Amino acid sequence: MGKKKEIDDRFKKFGTVSFTSTTKVNDFIDHLESDQVMGSRCKSCNQKYFPPRADCHACFSSDMEWFEITGTGKLITYSKLAFAPVGFQDDVPYSIAVLDYGEFKVFGRIAAEMADEEVKIGIPMKTIVNRLPNNQMNFVFQKV
Amino acid sequence: MGKVAIIGVGQSRFVRSYPGAIRELVFEGFKEAVTDAGITSKDIGASVVCSAPEYDKQRSPAGVFAEYLGLNPQPTFYVESLCSSSSMGLRLAYSLVKSGLHDVIAVLGFQKMSEISSSESQERMGRGADIQWESPFGTMMPAYYAMHAQAHMDRYGTTLDDLALIRVKAATYGQINDRAVYRKPVTADMFTDPDHIMSKPVSSPLRVGDCCANADGSSCIIVASEEKARAFCKKPVWILGLGAASASVNLAGRDLFTGLAAAKQAADQAYQMAGVTPADIDVAEVHDCFTIAEMMAYENLGFAEPGQGPELIRNKETYKEGRIPVNVDGGLLSKGHPIGATGGSQIRTIVLQLRDEAGDIQVKDPRIALVHNIGGVGLYGNVTILGRE
Ligand SMILES: [Zn+2]
Repeated sequence: MGKKKEIDDRFKKFGTVSFTSTTKVNDFIDHLESDQVMGSRCKSCNQKYFPPRADCHACFSSDMEWFEITGTGKLITYSKLAFAPVGFQDDVPYSIAVLDYGEFKVFGRIAAEMADEEVKIGIPMKTIVNRLPNNQMNFVFQKV
Repeated sequence: MGKVAIIGVGQSRFVRSYPGAIRELVFEGFKEAVTDAGITSKDIGASVVCSAPEYDKQRSPAGVFAEYLGLNPQPTFYVESLCSSSSMGLRLAYSLVKSGLHDVIAVLGFQKMSEISSSESQERMGRGADIQWESPFGTMMPAYYAMHAQAHMDRYGTTLDDLALIRVKAATYGQINDRAVYRKPVTADMFTDPDHIMSKPVSSPLRVGDCCANADGSSCIIVASEEKARAFCKKPVWILGLGAASASVNLAGRDLFTGLAAAKQAADQAYQMAGVTPADIDVAEVHDCFTIAEMMAYENLGFAEPGQGPELIRNKETYKEGRIPVNVDGGLLSKGHPIGATGGSQIRTIVLQLRDEAGDIQVKDPRIALVHNIGGVGLYGNVTILGRE
């Protein structure tokens, strides 16, 4: 029996079905577990990124730090799915959306408990951590 | 260096489920194009195969096709830009000819989507989005275009009835296109009848009738140098302008949701290269994978000002007799959308129009025409401007 090599595959916990397991921003998952949705900021040129990235394409630095997505963003568009891809059928119906925070935007789901008639382009929403079955996690947008 | 021409075009019938192997499917489009060009496989210097590989069971189909089509020992290779693969193939063919490396190129587009189930296929298409940060939320192509529809409706007051009018136009011409998958008539009433399949929700605000269908199909475009074009072809169609652009895959990286920035940038490039303006375009094929996609194309191509797309379809300006006929072959909404074959099919329609050989759908005396072909949800934009002698 050979020695088993440790693989940091934390990212497989992201979303209903994750298609990625290894990434340099795996700490994103640890932050979700402590109820924080985090983006990354380049320490060299201060550029903010969401989704977070390990490398800055503005100055090519890979020295990044985490920042928390706080406050509210403006709902800029959304859609409610009546059908879902393989692996997501149990979630139907659900809505995906984009929030604009000014310096960056966030793509995610609208909180399941929010009524359709409350969802309107332009409303302020906040991004919060959401726990899914099977120990999976994502983030959702909630009205404020 | 001289001009670059299209001297032959072909496509298979687009069908739900092709009852043959992919090499046989590709043969159908190829045979029509070489026959159209009046050449043989020996006249072709290289082939470019355009497709989205996630549907293929065959690894590296280019090599298989080259043998089956009699294109050995000439070089062949694969190019992919999702649904705009064959427009990207045309761009490559243009540069291979323009550089002098080859003088005749076959651009082979194909897709056999029926190799996998419809839900699997939706899921794979969704993976044309950002699989790390978007797909884990359960995304599909219709949902992304639906988000653009939602933004367009909110910003400009575009209505669901406006979107339905685009499908009604598509069906007007799809009924008379014997290569199309969907050939039944469609009326606006179907979209307001809650019991009709056309009105059923897919991803709000888009309904079944707003979406094109998957299909199997192939297309082929023969590209040639000016010298070869004049030797082989009585009615060469010239490539006047080529534009291509890309945008952030994750919607979070975009600023525009009421249109597709990559389409607009590609259009600007193509107009500039061709030295023409939107007003010079006599007929166009646009990438109407969804009704909203055609609406945004009107505006991104400059046929209408931003927000004025609905006026164009309400006034039937994009019908065959209108100011700027668009998708008078039925578009993707009628023909179906075999990813890698779609751009080649659009180019074929436009080439036939410019040669005055489009039959029942011929518009009057077109001289300059345009093809708009999008990969993903505006991830890749390709615009091609063609003209006759
Ligand atoms: Zn930086």
